[in-house]
Amino acid sequence: MPDKTPEGTEEIPAGGVVATDPADRSAWPLWEVFVRSARGLSHVHAGSLHAPDASMALRNARDLYTRRNEGTSIWVVPAAEITASDPDSKGGFFESPQGKAYRHATYYTQSEGVPHL
Amino acid sequence: MSGFTSQDSATRISVGQAITPEELRSSGASADEATARYALMLGDDSLMLAQRLGAWISRAPELEEDIALGNIALDLLGHARFFLTYAGSAWGKTEDDLAYFRDEEEFRSVRLVEQDNGDFGKTIARQLIFSFYARELYSRLVDSADETLAAIADKALKEVDYHQDHAAQWVRRLGGGTEESHRRMQAGLEDVWAYVEELFVDVDPTTQLAEADIAVLPSSLREPVMQRLRTVIEEAGLTVPEVKGAYGADRTGRFSEHRGYILAEMQVLARQHPGATW
Repeated sequence: MPDKTPEGTEEIPAGGVVATDPADRSAWPLWEVFVRSARGLSHVHAGSLHAPDASMALRNARDLYTRRNEGTSIWVVPAAEITASDPDSKGGFFESPQGKAYRHATYYTQSEGVPHL
Repeated sequence: MSGFTSQDSATRISVGQAITPEELRSSGASADEATARYALMLGDDSLMLAQRLGAWISRAPELEEDIALGNIALDLLGHARFFLTYAGSAWGKTEDDLAYFRDEEEFRSVRLVEQDNGDFGKTIARQLIFSFYARELYSRLVDSADETLAAIADKALKEVDYHQDHAAQWVRRLGGGTEESHRRMQAGLEDVWAYVEELFVDVDPTTQLAEADIAVLPSSLREPVMQRLRTVIEEAGLTVPEVKGAYGADRTGRFSEHRGYILAEMQVLARQHPGATW
């Protein structure tokens, strides 16, 4: 997404990315939203939304995904910046660990004389 | 910790803790006549704006913005419920009695919040002015000698804080966006500017209540609110309009073009089917 300064402003709104053509609403980029529900927990993917730039994406995320006290923190990430695994290569990617019991601690027998293991 | 896994979700929900209008009603807090009339002004401003904003639902420029405006409308409706419940305590009336069974000349809203939605630029202009005004008002009303008003202001403050941010963000983007968005944002400001002054008029009974530290004197809000509005408008590359305040800034509705139409729509169901519930 190329950075672009809208006419009439000296700088891009806080957050950086601006829709390529702000007048074309269909050009609002897609953002993925991650919400952390409580301190100490991880951010979890909650959904996605459209917004003209990062700081508006954050506000839209607040309106869409934390309406019922779900969150203490929100991340928004441009969807285009996420590299995803290919669903078609599911076999090679995710099924190969099946049956490899030796990758699990329970595969191994506990040695005698080793306490507290 | 067995609950850990189920809590590790972005969809865990709760209602949270906050004062409700029902609690206010059952608390038995009772306003005196002057305080009730003041609460009525604040409540009517929020109620009218909520009704206006509600008309954006399903019509906003983006789905995300539709929800943002709907959220703000509901926040304002919440403020109205508190203020009208408290006002009604002086006269043995409920919030619904006051919202649905008063006539045009009995409302005490300012004309700014009654202005039609226009385009998105005009709605944002109206939001900008009202939310900056409300933010300043509630930030001082939290220190009111009247505990109920202070508690309502405390609840409302967090919400108008967000309304103010929402409006300012859009003013910056529309002002600095395309030629068309800049033109519309400027036109929106010009359209509503005549009604800014009414927010700062010390109508009865605010002067008397302000002396008792119960109300915030409207004229004392003028300087800080206008200063902050000017800053946001100029930073967005827009021009502060030079428009004279409209005549008849007394909240009576005598000079209000829109109030009757808003009420007709808002009250029709309650008046056709009194006591209806659903």
